[in-house]
Amino acid sequence: MKYMLLINAGSADADGTAVGCTVQDWMDYDASVRDAGILVSAESLADLVTATTVQVGPDGERTVVDGPFAESRELLGGFYVIDVPDLDAALDWAARCPGARGGGAVVVRPVADFGA
Amino acid sequence: MEGRAIDTGAAMEALFREERGRLLASLTRGFGDLDLAEEAASEAIEAALAHWPAHGVPSRPGAWLLTTARRKAVDRLRRDQAYAARLAVMYVEAGRAASTPAEGTGAEFPDERLQLFFTCAHPALPAPARGALTLRYLAGLTTAEVARAFLVPTATMAQRIVRAKRKIREARIPFRVPDADELPRRLPDVLQVLYSLFTEGYAASSGEELQRPDLAEESIRLTRILRRLLPSEHEVAGLLALMLLVHARRAARTGPDGELVLLEAQDRGLWDRDLIEEGRVLVTEALTEGRAGVYGVQAAIAALHDEAVDVASTDWAQIVALYDVLLALAPSPVVRLNRAVAVAMRDGPEAGLVLLDELADEERLRHHHPYAAARAELLHRLGRLPEAAAAYQRALELVGTEPERRYLWRRLRATGQASGDAAGAPEDSGSEQGG
Repeated sequence: MKYMLLINAGSADADGTAVGCTVQDWMDYDASVRDAGILVSAESLADLVTATTVQVGPDGERTVVDGPFAESRELLGGFYVIDVPDLDAALDWAARCPGARGGGAVVVRPVADFGA
Repeated sequence: MEGRAIDTGAAMEALFREERGRLLASLTRGFGDLDLAEEAASEAIEAALAHWPAHGVPSRPGAWLLTTARRKAVDRLRRDQAYAARLAVMYVEAGRAASTPAEGTGAEFPDERLQLFFTCAHPALPAPARGALTLRYLAGLTTAEVARAFLVPTATMAQRIVRAKRKIREARIPFRVPDADELPRRLPDVLQVLYSLFTEGYAASSGEELQRPDLAEESIRLTRILRRLLPSEHEVAGLLALMLLVHARRAARTGPDGELVLLEAQDRGLWDRDLIEEGRVLVTEALTEGRAGVYGVQAAIAALHDEAVDVASTDWAQIVALYDVLLALAPSPVVRLNRAVAVAMRDGPEAGLVLLDELADEERLRHHHPYAAARAELLHRLGRLPEAAAAYQRALELVGTEPERRYLWRRLRATGQASGDAAGAPEDSGSEQGG
């Protein structure tokens, strides 16, 4: 079963990494997910100032705006999609993720399965 | 044994209440799906209700029910291939054996309820649903009974249970017993659910006419089951002890008109000596095997109350010491409140009041009526009547249940400071008494 781990950044140091974990922590985590053979995909997102929002109104009119800006503390910084047997396994991987520390949080969401 | 007459539905219900939980657990383990297990268990019980009165109870009723339920489940899977395919995929992915468990032998069939306890109490489920699922699937209550137990409409409860089941299925919360290394993290969730059911039973036992399942009895029954399943976990023994030692005072806890009787005024002759004795044995076990846990320590405090012939001869020094242990294990303002009350009993109301006033800024106590009531009681004993009256007023503004409200109202009047005795409506009383 596939789960997406949405990594919401906590407070960040000047170099952009979350408080309490190093680049090495992330590299170790990434390696452990790959070694476990559970990785489906993973991306880290570029800085929020590069984000652009698109909406299409009922008349088909396209609106493009800069942002969103970080209004809330919960700011999606990246994600993993992993394939593991059940929620407990997914929660264990979420708990090992450096993004869960330093005031950050990892939201675990099952990927919907429309097959079968 | 065969041909045993079945007189009333009540006996059958009692039998099936226990059996339903075991059946559900076993079927859920076998088929990996709570809905299918529930449907099959209900059909098997229906079959038994139709079959047994005419043909007699089989010599191994549990095994009969399980075999019948399994057949019903397999029938369902044959009728619904898509459903079966989905379950099969789940199985392969979960790396479980796809075969159904072997036919029951020996003790009819193995008790699989432990994993169901952990699933129902899973931290990924909303807290109110955990107790509901536990009552529904382990205590075997109907959804309507669970709804009455929580004093919510049946439709509300049905929705709560359906949503929780949907999360179990779609997020795939597993049916499994945690490994030895994760058990210390997960067991407190299960104990918390059981203890919440127990305290809910007390908080709401407000002498209404309502036909309400007895949550205290149900949670004790469930904790006994858990103890059989986890005999070496000392906190399970501690929780069961705590429940028994508190429940032992039940008959003395309310007066003839349903009014609340506090510990110091209770007729100790009404306390259930058998429950106290059973609880005391369990406390010893809970506190001598390994590290003391929060339930074991609370049970020890309850035991000291239960062993005393009256309030004055209660071993308050020992109780204060146990609250210190409890604070070290799990610091909380509510425990500090209870400790302050014990200190007042040991050293006098002045000493207790000093400790209570240190807690005045605690957010969790600001709307906690026992805090206001405890302050009122100590002020009253010190003869500071206007302040006591104000504190009783504050407690009355916060109190939830009717018996507690009536109790506080009587205490307020005893200060001689209450305005408008005749009104009889505590919530109308203003706060003009002041400090």
